[in-house]
Amino acid sequence: MTTTPRPAESRASGAPAEAADARPTDWPLWEVFVRSRRGLSHTHAGSLHAPDAEMALRNARDLYTRRSEGVSLWVVPSAQITASSPDEKDAFFEPAGDKPYRHPTFYEIPEGVHHL
Amino acid sequence: MTTIAPEEAAQEAAFDATVAAEERIEPRDWMPEAYRSTLVRQIAQHAHSEIIGMQPEANWITRAPSLRRKAILMAKVQDEAGHGLYLYSAAETLGTSRDELLDKLHTGRQKYSSIFNYPTLTWADVGAIGWLVDGAAITNQVPLCRCSYGPYARAMVRICKEESFHQRQGYELLLTLSRGTDAQHAMAQDAVNRWWWPSLMMFGPPDDESSHSAQSMAWKIKRHSNDELRQRFVDICVPQAEALGLTLPDPDLVWNEDRGHHDFGSIDWTEFREVLKGNGPCNEQRINRRRRAHEEGAWVREAAAAHAAKHGKAGR
Repeated sequence: MTTTPRPAESRASGAPAEAADARPTDWPLWEVFVRSRRGLSHTHAGSLHAPDAEMALRNARDLYTRRSEGVSLWVVPSAQITASSPDEKDAFFEPAGDKPYRHPTFYEIPEGVHHL
Repeated sequence: MTTIAPEEAAQEAAFDATVAAEERIEPRDWMPEAYRSTLVRQIAQHAHSEIIGMQPEANWITRAPSLRRKAILMAKVQDEAGHGLYLYSAAETLGTSRDELLDKLHTGRQKYSSIFNYPTLTWADVGAIGWLVDGAAITNQVPLCRCSYGPYARAMVRICKEESFHQRQGYELLLTLSRGTDAQHAMAQDAVNRWWWPSLMMFGPPDDESSHSAQSMAWKIKRHSNDELRQRFVDICVPQAEALGLTLPDPDLVWNEDRGHHDFGSIDWTEFREVLKGNGPCNEQRINRRRRAHEEGAWVREAAAAHAAKHGKAGR
């Protein structure tokens, strides 16, 4: 696992990490999560640039909830997200691959047995 | 041809298989450099078009004929800014930066849609832009929701949802004018006359002259050819124009029973190329205004950055 400047949506590993840090006016990137209504979890909506958390929230409101798409917003500095890399995808997710018995459909139940 | 290293060949095969299976390519996946640069060019041009596109319409905000129309127009122009931001974010996932993209726009190294180099001479132009320009954009953009590159496709889904309001408000505006006084009707017709042909040019050069099309189709960035989408747009617009009580400025526009499509006149590609080269009516004005806005906003960006640094709430 690696931390990259933009783990959630960053370019392939090996990319120059400095690209996004070029100038002081190039504000950091934030990932935006929106809860569309009560009872649902926050889901990733997209990203934006902002100088700080407060401005990131304001920008997120203007950018991602112009049509009442949300009742709650999270903003997270993109650099703070740790992501699994697609390069190691197979090995990383492999442990779940050979365990079909974790699914209810793995089991055969006689006809006529209900509520199971 | 140089020999390709075995691991790169395997990566390329995995990329091809993902695209062929109609799955999406995501930012951290390996991708051919040409795929990456094609996407950066296309998404950047698209993003630039959204923010330059704010100018011709914003031109009419202070002179909107009613508070209702003014509120609608402000919401629309704000949407265009939002669309630009979605798209810049998508482009940045490919390894470019916001500053770099804006710099390339400001120095003319990346383009925006040539449609925005035409002036908005009357209030009816706001309606014609909504109906025709946004209508053409939607025809282009709906298939992009299935583009093989995930972040671009997701941005397009969001944009397409919002664009339909843009088109309908323009149509309603034109309908109101068309059913108004003779002068208002004439104003609506004049706007349609001026915007029709440039709107058809928005689909890009004819298929046999389009340099990037074949590769983009193979990569499933593009789903339909320029001419196919242009034909679809013409067929959609003809009955809509009739319902408006307005005519489309093309004497050769006629239903072709055999093809099941409308035939239409030939497009003046010389004009298209001239506007693209920078010789359109407003090229210089648009880019100068964009540059000036960026320069005059520098102190705001610096102040916000200084405030964030002082209060220790910066994202990194």
